[in-house]
Amino acid sequence: MLQYLIKRLLMMIPLLLGITLITFVVIHLAPGEPTDLQTQMNPEASSELQERLRVYYGLDQPLPVQYVRWLGRLIRFDFGESFALDHRPVLDKITERLPVTVLLNLLSILVILAVAVPLGVLSAVRRNSLFDRATTVLVFVGFAMPSFWLALLMMDWFGVRLGLLPISGIKSLGYAYLSFGGQMLDRVQHLILPVFISAIGGLAGFSRYMRSNMLEVIRQDYILTARAKGLSERVVIYRHALRNALLPVITILGLSVPGLIGGSVIFETIFAIPGMGKLFYDGVMMRDYPLIMGILVMGAILTLVGNLLADISYALADPRIRHSQGDGQ
Amino acid sequence: MNRNLLNLFAAVLLMFVLWGCNQTEQATLPAATPSGPVRGDTFIEASIGDASNLLPVLSSDSASSDISSLVYSGLVRYDKDLKIEGELAESWQVSPDRLTITFNLRKGVTWHDGAPFTSADVLFNYQLYTDPKTPTAYAESFRQVASAETPDPYTFRVTYNEPYAPALISWGMPIHPKHLLEGKDITKSPLSRQPVGTGPYRLSAWSAGEKIVLEANPDYFEGQPYIKRIVYRIIPDQSTQFLELKTGSLDFMGLTPLQFDRQTDTGAFSRLFNKYNYLNFGYSYLGYNLRSPFFQDKRVRQALTYAIDKQEIIDGVLLGYGRVATGPYKPDTWVYNAQVKTYGYDPIKARQLLADAGWVDTDNDGIVDKDGQALAFTIVTNQGNDLRAKSGEIIQRRFREVGVDVQLRIIEWATFLKEFINPGNFDATILGWTGGPEPDQYNIWHSSKTGPRQLNFINYKNQEVDDLLERGRRTFDQQQRKAYYDRFQEILAEEQPYTFLYIPEALPAVAKRFRGIEPAPAGIRYNFNHWYVPEDEQKYSR
Amino acid sequence: MLQRRQSFWRTVIWQRLRHNRMALAGAGIVLGMFLLAALASLSGSDPSAIDVSQSLQPPGLKHPLGTDDLGRDVLLRLLYGARISLLVGFVAVGISCLIGIAFGALSGFYGGWVDTLIMRFVDIMLCFPTFFLILAVIAFLNPSIWNIMIVIGMTSWMGVARLVRAEFLSLRERDFVLAARALGASDLCLIFRHILPNALSPVLVSATLGVAGAILTESALSFLGIGVQPPTPSWGNMLIVGKQTLGSAWWLSVFPGLAILITVLGYNLLGEGIRDALDPRLKD
Repeated sequence: MLQYLIKRLLMMIPLLLGITLITFVVIHLAPGEPTDLQTQMNPEASSELQERLRVYYGLDQPLPVQYVRWLGRLIRFDFGESFALDHRPVLDKITERLPVTVLLNLLSILVILAVAVPLGVLSAVRRNSLFDRATTVLVFVGFAMPSFWLALLMMDWFGVRLGLLPISGIKSLGYAYLSFGGQMLDRVQHLILPVFISAIGGLAGFSRYMRSNMLEVIRQDYILTARAKGLSERVVIYRHALRNALLPVITILGLSVPGLIGGSVIFETIFAIPGMGKLFYDGVMMRDYPLIMGILVMGAILTLVGNLLADISYALADPRIRHSQGDGQ
Repeated sequence: MNRNLLNLFAAVLLMFVLWGCNQTEQATLPAATPSGPVRGDTFIEASIGDASNLLPVLSSDSASSDISSLVYSGLVRYDKDLKIEGELAESWQVSPDRLTITFNLRKGVTWHDGAPFTSADVLFNYQLYTDPKTPTAYAESFRQVASAETPDPYTFRVTYNEPYAPALISWGMPIHPKHLLEGKDITKSPLSRQPVGTGPYRLSAWSAGEKIVLEANPDYFEGQPYIKRIVYRIIPDQSTQFLELKTGSLDFMGLTPLQFDRQTDTGAFSRLFNKYNYLNFGYSYLGYNLRSPFFQDKRVRQALTYAIDKQEIIDGVLLGYGRVATGPYKPDTWVYNAQVKTYGYDPIKARQLLADAGWVDTDNDGIVDKDGQALAFTIVTNQGNDLRAKSGEIIQRRFREVGVDVQLRIIEWATFLKEFINPGNFDATILGWTGGPEPDQYNIWHSSKTGPRQLNFINYKNQEVDDLLERGRRTFDQQQRKAYYDRFQEILAEEQPYTFLYIPEALPAVAKRFRGIEPAPAGIRYNFNHWYVPEDEQKYSR
Repeated sequence: MLQRRQSFWRTVIWQRLRHNRMALAGAGIVLGMFLLAALASLSGSDPSAIDVSQSLQPPGLKHPLGTDDLGRDVLLRLLYGARISLLVGFVAVGISCLIGIAFGALSGFYGGWVDTLIMRFVDIMLCFPTFFLILAVIAFLNPSIWNIMIVIGMTSWMGVARLVRAEFLSLRERDFVLAARALGASDLCLIFRHILPNALSPVLVSATLGVAGAILTESALSFLGIGVQPPTPSWGNMLIVGKQTLGSAWWLSVFPGLAILITVLGYNLLGEGIRDALDPRLKD
């Protein structure tokens, strides 16, 4: 297992390199120079100042040199300084915003799992029942739902018309004065809409996937054998079939991380959540190059971590990998 | 940030308005009787973007300016009638030759950290704003200064080479604390996130991207403001802000015309909020790039102005909450010239003028042409300003009716500046200027300001205008100044380098529990320190 | 070969599709949208015609789906929006299929280091939150409908590449390929004439679902204001006004959203239907 883990970690290194390279290339293909905007803020900036900035950011060097330097700084976790007026280190800005985004995404993954797995399994077990048909319809609608639109409708409905849930933000104004229980409740209330909105697409996709997986597994020989042995349907389905149907789900879950993180741009903007997606959107609008590069790399690393976690869970769950000393995968 | 774009350019002008919105003399304070003003409660408003930097010398976004205006003070400010009054300066004398201003500073003023405020702070600010190492957009007016001195801790004297009319109000810029900034790299100062000023409110908490909380300053030199706390919630979307407003989670919001007119006429809303509307400083315009061969002939520009139905734009985009603009000044100011040539909507005249200038539709494609070239151009405007984009759509249609083919391009702000405006690489643009009571328009219209990254980006050059602008800023006598600026407005109206479109109204809604609001020429926020909530209506007890 | 493929399509797939009600519904929606988009072109009316006096009219006889804040007919704008959505969907997917097929074919056909290199590239691209990448590139390139299609295409080809590679890996060892190779067919000929046509069916599924994804992405971008720019109507940018009038002009938020929902649903149903038809294991 340890060997598998090490091998898996080593494999991440070329991926990381590739991620940084693509990030760098994408940003430097953009027309214009990063310093343009900075000096624009200052109508009196002389060309000398612009030159100073160019040297400061190393933009006078050839691109490969710039890349290697940037990489060198990245390794030391130095993401550079934001071009925004506050000139704060990019890493500070990201770490300040990251927890909210990670929390929201983890919660939506949990919601997806908690809802999609039972839904998919039940649909598969009661194939073609009324329940299965209703779920299928819901799943397709959910999958096709433009989440930003649903967010609008729900804000209007639950927030304004019914007044049940807060519309935006992550906590109430009087949060600090609430009791512990009150604080928890406040948090939960603020999280309901964003988590639901960010989970809805994945929810639909997953339950569909779970259903077809389950259908496939049920057909397998060992399930037939189990049935033939006279095991109860419950045991067959929930002990033998479910376990095997769940395995690929883990991998898919890992793969869905980038989609979730990317989607955070939309709902963080709509729900006024101070997370990484909103930070990125603002950075893009202001052409804050160091910030954009930093978040792209960070987002990719998060995905890698997600995939790694998925692979480890997979390995833990699947005895074939657990015992194969890092062969296979 | 994108919503208040013009302030990047018109930053200096804008600052005057913002710093003008503080408070009036304590003497005008109503006596505190049991039924009168009491302290307490929280005022919650929303901001589209997070503040970038709370050192006003460095910031140019509206969120930072709004907060800085409460945290810092200047030497002078505008009162409710937009007259200059003292803030940190108790009084001032202008020398007979108009070259020297001597400020007598208030005594006993302290910074938020308890240190005393003295003339050394003011001198330091002069040096700070003009230091070439300070990346600031506000140095221009301080560059006019020849020398500055501090004869004693409560006197500050500044001398100019030539008379400079905007000199006095330029000292309305916020004053930064010397004892915390001197000898340090201003761009690295922690004060950008923990500001220390002399203003009525202090920063108490700042959660990035979420909210900024200000607490009343008990040691404020005009007395502690009544409202105990101000919370700026960062809500990046105006529609979301409006939903929050409707549920009572916000106490103040500048409404869009659509919201003001169509979405607030419910009983529930009027039970909770008062709405105000008054004319803003600032106007929107369609500017023609005078480097382009299309716009050399003033008859073409006049024709285009005739082709636009300004009232239609005001009705359609502002839903009537605005006035037709005829020049760069607001109608109810002393400098406004009501006698200039105006251009009503008149497509026939527009066609006639185009024909006079040689533009006729010879090939019957619906587009006028001249020497084989069709009159077809692109209007660029920035993204994030819905009103401008919509005005553009309306103009596009009206131009088509007189045979002018126009494309509309809406471009993200940074690119917009970098690739279109600064290099002068555009045909026409819809933009706006925010101004203030000070009528000096030198930076926008003088022929010396046509260089890259300068404000006269349409390349307007007129000898007489140059002359009038120079005289205008050197003259202190209002009567005399008005004569110069009247002529300046006449020329602009005749030449139409811009089609001046409209002056929008400010449309704020304020929660009903706030009392003491007295609309005045300066708007409603100028006396914010005197707003209060009666004890039995206070909503937030902590 | 060609003959065989055609009959396969006609008989087997069509038979299966015909009996899949959901797929039929999907096909119906997709066809319907095509018709509506065509109708928009035929109507000859200008979707950007402004009539301020008619602004914010609720649905009624004159304007079946109401008017927006500038008095433009919502129905007409929806129809034109359908054209934009279809255009974006198909061109973006076209681009992503071209790239995906090219990379997948090279990777699967040649194997070895070519395969390793391309597949690592795919892995890397899959690590990026796609929406971040799109946002960054669009903002730098300026939002225009063409840039959007290109960027969506260039960030969504990875799945196709993997599918095509897998098909190639299995097909290149098949008898008919080996036979062709023995007869001296060139690599190009092998790839294009013999393997590719047989590797395309999974791409079809992925492409159909991809159209749905591209339409959703475009509408989200336009909703954020960095997609299709006004006055060109797109369902996403129509929702910007819908958002501003939420609670006072419901028709401006409900109809464009429904249009997106239904269209995406159509492509998803069709895609799933084709998948079931191609892979009948899950069907009875």
